Amino acid sequence: MQATRDFSLYVKNLGSGLSRIDLAVEGVSCAGCMSKIERGLAAIPEVTLARVNLTDRRVALEWKEGALDPTHFIDRLAELGYKAYPFETAGAEVAEAEQSRFLLRCLGVAAFATMNVMMLSIPVWSGNVSDMIPEQRDFFHWLSALIALPAAAYAGQPFFRSAWRALRTRNVNMDVPISIGVTLALATSVVETLGHAEHAYFDAAIMLLTFLLVGRYLDQNMRRRTRAVAGNLAALKAETATKFIGTDEISEVPVAAIRPGDTVLLRPGERCGVDGTVIDGRSEVDQSLITGETLYATAEHGSAVYAGSLNVSGTLRIRVSAASEGTLLAEITRLLGNALQARSRYVRLADRASRLYAPVVHATALLTMIGWVLAGATWHDAVITAIAVLIITCPCALGLAIPTVQTVASGAMFKAGVLLNSGDSIERLADVDRIIFDKTGTLTLPDLDVVNSANVPKDVFDLAGRLALASHHPVAAAVARASNANSPLAGIVEEPGQGVHGVFNGEEVRLGRPSFCKADQLANEILSLDPEASVVAFNRGDAQYVFAVRQRLRPDAQATVSALQARGIMVEILSGDREPAVRAAAQTLGISEWRAGVTPADKIGRIDDLKRQGFKVMMVGDGLNDAPSLAAAHVSMSPVSAAHLSQATADLVFLGKPLGPVVAAIDFSRKASRLMRQNLWLAVGYNLLAVPIAIAGFVTPLIAAAAMSGSSLLVMLNALRASRVVQGRF
Amino acid sequence: MEVLVILVPLALGLGLVGLLGFLWSLKSGQYDDLEGAAWRAIADDDPAHERPSD
Repeated sequence: MQATRDFSLYVKNLGSGLSRIDLAVEGVSCAGCMSKIERGLAAIPEVTLARVNLTDRRVALEWKEGALDPTHFIDRLAELGYKAYPFETAGAEVAEAEQSRFLLRCLGVAAFATMNVMMLSIPVWSGNVSDMIPEQRDFFHWLSALIALPAAAYAGQPFFRSAWRALRTRNVNMDVPISIGVTLALATSVVETLGHAEHAYFDAAIMLLTFLLVGRYLDQNMRRRTRAVAGNLAALKAETATKFIGTDEISEVPVAAIRPGDTVLLRPGERCGVDGTVIDGRSEVDQSLITGETLYATAEHGSAVYAGSLNVSGTLRIRVSAASEGTLLAEITRLLGNALQARSRYVRLADRASRLYAPVVHATALLTMIGWVLAGATWHDAVITAIAVLIITCPCALGLAIPTVQTVASGAMFKAGVLLNSGDSIERLADVDRIIFDKTGTLTLPDLDVVNSANVPKDVFDLAGRLALASHHPVAAAVARASNANSPLAGIVEEPGQGVHGVFNGEEVRLGRPSFCKADQLANEILSLDPEASVVAFNRGDAQYVFAVRQRLRPDAQATVSALQARGIMVEILSGDREPAVRAAAQTLGISEWRAGVTPADKIGRIDDLKRQGFKVMMVGDGLNDAPSLAAAHVSMSPVSAAHLSQATADLVFLGKPLGPVVAAIDFSRKASRLMRQNLWLAVGYNLLAVPIAIAGFVTPLIAAAAMSGSSLLVMLNALRASRVVQGRF
Repeated sequence: MEVLVILVPLALGLGLVGLLGFLWSLKSGQYDDLEGAAWRAIADDDPAHERPSD
């Protein structure tokens, strides 16, 4: 049985004889990588385009149709030292990119109009105090109208549409006061120009749109970028399955190309990419990514197997089932649906601010108008003053206050190894006062590790590692990894279910079950001390050694837990694993609150309990069984090795082996949240200063323009501080 | 002040040229990869016709 890899699912035919594929590439971070990849790929004949996108960490490739197989590119990139995998652009990502472009186009139009209207306004402002004749002023005002009106009609679309959507559902968002303010300012200016008046507000209205579009674009760009990162993570998991395309013919295809009813082959050491039922074979499977349970389960004819399970010993044939057939999965899907509904009730800081803001602004403007009429002013003057109030209070700085901080903070978190999956997670993360960790794969590393390597001589360990390279068994793989072995021994034979053996320097060497290596007694001694470990024995000539293999805590888990506790955050463990294993981890880490053998429903129950007590809970987990609780928690985080569904549900994803990014994320988000609030207060403070001047009727277009740009600049500069967090200060 | 008849359309025209230039650059995808573009400016020319060095 020879497997071929088939990526035709991802190849797009562009017409005109060209094919195109997009690859997500891991580890592209600098200009050097960029040119290395582009040169390496462009050197392949028939390739017409190879272009790296450094922002999204992707490569676009085009070649003459039919001339090359996409696997060729992936192999070439692997030779260059980069892991790559094709991906399918999700519909949501295309929409985000399109929206991002639209906002940038609006921003371009608004900025062009602002510059040109300003160019006309400055002569008017200076002319008003010198010798400008009214006809010239009118001419300049009309020219401003000519530029500002069409530009506002185009560039204001994002605000007008969103305001209209909100009003239709009887809601108020920030875009309602913006739309009303801009429209009224423009309309009044036209009326004033018709009446040959001294002041017109075309410049203020269009400048307001420009500043707000900057904020809107930053916000959108951050969302687009997080989505691109999430898409890459999903693609780089490179989930493939070995599918039977004939009775005895197999092909390696991406999981996305597998349909219910297909039959797939699962060899020892492989992770299952699909859900299904075993139709042939017998094996042990490690379901820790699904249930958190570290003891292996037996899989035989009729057993259900879930995506994410690791096959340990035998080869299995699996009939793929539709996604929701399995009882466990159906339960998790149901819980997840409920939890997601609950989560959408969170109201973002910006929306909360605008709910307060809009009524206050409109009431102030109305009161100003009534006040001036009562004080004996003409209706015309009263309306103009009220509109000046609307313009000066328009939430320019408010619109920038939050997106600028988010952009800077998310960039800093990205550098610290934390990726954002959702835009508002920063502000939710800042509130957290309780963290629930899953144990398996979250507090511990996802891969097995040898724990007693210090008790085994170095040369023996190295030899065992080289021998282990011949086996696919996960425990053997752990020995190979721990000894950094990279040169396999020749002539090694595998005894299925027993181990591997061969000859080295005239001596027989064996690696496998203790009974296979005559090391039962030694193994029992180790197991009696550490019942949670798996053992693998090594025999060389007459000498026997036994390795204890188990999941190890992340290297900085203890430091991270104490750092979190030092920040006033209570930490607890909820695990699906058995009690002794969970208790041992909790004791090592100094965590007093822990529960073992917890089901997904119990996890949600515990989170709901804590929520009712008023805690803001963060869930950190990786298993499929954690997905519903990740959605139920106030905010959630997953390691990059997590199950697909969990990673998609989590608000944040952290990279690498250490657990430290959890603390970094908390620190950055707390700082960011403080800056957001500071910015909102700065904006409010500016209004407190400017509004009385507007109510008194002293606001000229010059003052409006200066105040608006001044406050926006202040807020943006303050936001830049979000990238600096002194570790340990909070 | 008759000079305004020339200067005003000229200024608007130049602004419009700038705007059209921006829209063109947006349409041709020049804002899709801002990080990469920063590095490309200082990269060596013409990667397509060179053999890989490694």
